[in-house]
Amino acid sequence: MNSVVLRTVTRQMTPVLLQLSLVLLVRGHNAPGGGFVGGLMTSAALILYLIAYDVQTVRRLVRVPPVRLMALGILVALGSATLPLATGKPFLRAAWTKLPLPWGGELSLGTPMLFDVGVYLVVVGATLGFIFALEEGEVPEGGHKEDI
Amino acid sequence: MALLAILLSSLVTAALAPLLVRVSRRGASVSLSLVPLSLTVWLASLVPEALSGTPPSFHAAWVPELDVALTLRADGLSLLMALLITGLGTLIVLYAGAYLQDSPRLGSFLGWLLLFMASMLGLVLADNALLLFACWELTSVSSFFLIGHDSEQEEARQAALRALVVTALGGQALLLGLLLMGWVAGTLTLSELHAAGPALREGPLSLAILLLVLGGAFTKSAQVPFHFWLPSAMAAPTPASAYLHAATLVKAGVYLLARLSPVLGGTPVWTGALITVGLVTMVGGALLSFGHTDLKRVLAYATVSVLGTLVLLLGLGTPGAAQALVVFLTAHALYKGALFLVTGAVDHATGTRELPQLGGLRQAMPFTASAAGLAALSMAGLPPLFGFIGKELVYGASRHEPGGWGLAMGTAVGFVLLVGAAPRVGLRPFLGPRSEATRNAHEASPSLWGPPLVLAVCGGVLGLAPGWAEPLLAGAARAISGPDGGHLELTLWHGLTPEVGLSAASLVLGGAVFALREPLRGALETLHLERWGPSRLYGLSLSGLRRLADFATGRLQNGSLYRYTFITVAAVAGLLALPLMLRLGIPEGLKRTLHFHEAAVLALLVLATGLAVMTRSVLTALMALSVVGLTESFVYVLLGAPDLALTQVVVQTLTVILFALIFSRFPVQPSGGRSRRRDAALSLAAGGLISWTLLHASAAPPQTRLAEAYTSRSGPEAHGRNVVNTILVDFRALDTLGETTVLATASLGVYLLFRPSRRKRQT
Repeated sequence: MNSVVLRTVTRQMTPVLLQLSLVLLVRGHNAPGGGFVGGLMTSAALILYLIAYDVQTVRRLVRVPPVRLMALGILVALGSATLPLATGKPFLRAAWTKLPLPWGGELSLGTPMLFDVGVYLVVVGATLGFIFALEEGEVPEGGHKEDI
Repeated sequence: MALLAILLSSLVTAALAPLLVRVSRRGASVSLSLVPLSLTVWLASLVPEALSGTPPSFHAAWVPELDVALTLRADGLSLLMALLITGLGTLIVLYAGAYLQDSPRLGSFLGWLLLFMASMLGLVLADNALLLFACWELTSVSSFFLIGHDSEQEEARQAALRALVVTALGGQALLLGLLLMGWVAGTLTLSELHAAGPALREGPLSLAILLLVLGGAFTKSAQVPFHFWLPSAMAAPTPASAYLHAATLVKAGVYLLARLSPVLGGTPVWTGALITVGLVTMVGGALLSFGHTDLKRVLAYATVSVLGTLVLLLGLGTPGAAQALVVFLTAHALYKGALFLVTGAVDHATGTRELPQLGGLRQAMPFTASAAGLAALSMAGLPPLFGFIGKELVYGASRHEPGGWGLAMGTAVGFVLLVGAAPRVGLRPFLGPRSEATRNAHEASPSLWGPPLVLAVCGGVLGLAPGWAEPLLAGAARAISGPDGGHLELTLWHGLTPEVGLSAASLVLGGAVFALREPLRGALETLHLERWGPSRLYGLSLSGLRRLADFATGRLQNGSLYRYTFITVAAVAGLLALPLMLRLGIPEGLKRTLHFHEAAVLALLVLATGLAVMTRSVLTALMALSVVGLTESFVYVLLGAPDLALTQVVVQTLTVILFALIFSRFPVQPSGGRSRRRDAALSLAAGGLISWTLLHASAAPPQTRLAEAYTSRSGPEAHGRNVVNTILVDFRALDTLGETTVLATASLGVYLLFRPSRRKRQT
């Protein structure tokens, strides 16, 4: 879509939306949010960009092909599930650790967080994959009403 | 610990085999055969411990919730089988390297062969019923790949499939039987089942358990009427046939029955079923072998016959029968393994396995010929070979049964036929004048004649000095018939007993059968047994299944998404209507008073839905649908589910974009006329039914216990205050992992569907 207004708004909005999606991802463990919504939000921001510009621009922006994002996400999720095995705990048992912060207080880190990041990556990869495929792909032959 | 190491090292070797072959084709099989060789020595060193009161064992939890454990135990019976598996494995790996020297897939063949060896070892060493089952299925799978090794050949593929279908169906029965046994006995540990023996033999489920276990054992050990897969499995490369179909795989069923006979054996049903099936298989298999001229098929049917004998012996259930079983099983593994390997060497040298074309090979292949001769003499049960001792014990065991003379006569018929078959495979190809096919034959590399010769000589040595194997064989027999299983003394000459008389008579009659083999073959051919036997039934049921699948697919999956949606929605509505009919009445949910804001949201939902349905413009419908979705998210907010509301908003946004993208690529016309009315009726029915069900469901008291458990444990255990999220990433993370994988798979599917086709990209 070739619209100056849309493009201007998009350039302003996309970074905000991306940050918002990361906030959603990180705060998900204690407040509404999480990897799934965060991932969807990221995709929504990128798709907005896609509507304003085109697929190639978004592909350049993301750099990583969606399929690889998905694979990475599944690996991260599996990794976070396998990590506890190293300490003799069962598969998927959450492991937590606390890091002291330089300005006082401490940061609680755990494998569920990592798992959520994996979910986030899969969701972004999958939705972007859908959209890219629909945008770039060709229409299958015989587009009949009953075929959709 | 030693047992686990043995199992793991064989598994690792299997994984390494293809790599090793890539490095060096020549050295690979020789160096690979060192592994089973050292395992044989290792296992042999365990014999004294196994025969003591406390056999070596290993235990590690695996899935404790399901009572699956990595429990290994090596008593006499397990160790005897394990020694046969690794010992023969050594020779077979060595032989396969030479036999498939020029095959491009030698690496994968050796890999599957060694995996098969590992799973067979696991099967005989397992002390947990489910571990045994896992290994049992693994043998089916690896033998599928071994039989279908020449995958370019239709026949090999069919044979592999046939073996897999028959044995895997039996495997399912076995799994059910083992689970029932575990349920009744309260344990899945095989060595602990004895305590529950009476309950397993006489309880209300005893017949079901027995039939299911027999289903597994009979299919695996090729008992009539499941015998037909074994001869067709001869499409496998000969080393695989020698290993799987003579020495190990087909004995898995016999092993299982032997292992379970102290627990399940002795009942009239057990005795009756095993003796009947065993006898029929014994005589039938031997008889059918005369209908064939392909060396491997003759051997396969002879094997079927011997498997019948072994099952028959288990049916007798006496200590003597157990002793006969282990001796005969060992003797058979040695001579039949040797004969199969000889067949491979002959095939390798002459290019044919057809008996009428073979002859006079003794000068050209002296070592192979002597291996064949020795093995055939053992097969015919001639002294001083081990097969003779085995046969005498079988005669003895069946004669000592009450009313056993009839049974002894039955076994004698089987043995007469085997005696008649032995010279066909072991002597005929090597005697007489040289034929056209054998003119240029000559002895191949030592790797091809060495292994069969070793096996045949082993049969001879054990015949002359049976004392060497006596302690182990006695231990194996005791594992079957109980600790006070009588004394085993193996000698070649027991004096002039009735058994010797039976032996002599069967030799004479066997000679007569051999002389009459051609008329016998003619008679069998006119009967067309193969065409009308169970093999035919198998073919019919397979094609019937295919036709049913074709019909169902044509009906349900005609490629129209419209029909899929229609069927899915109709099915959901139909299934919902069923419980609702049983539970009439006004749902509790309807009796609640509606607040004003709730009514307003509801009105908005109804209006937007109405617009989406009524409008003729796709874009308007899409917008109306998105209003529905966003209003729904408002409902979530009202009901106190901010997480869901947030997700719903974003999902709705993306859905609209997706729809817009799809509609811009496909020509879409709004439906009209009859199909529109039909859709309206279905939608109303489905939507109404779902709403009605939900109203009923919301009347049920909420599962506060579950909710409390999650909310109270969320903070301290999952370190999170958002219960929805802790459930997703912590308490039920396995579900989430599965769902993410599904999402990724679906996305890959879309990508592949719309990906510009390669053909178009080139043009």
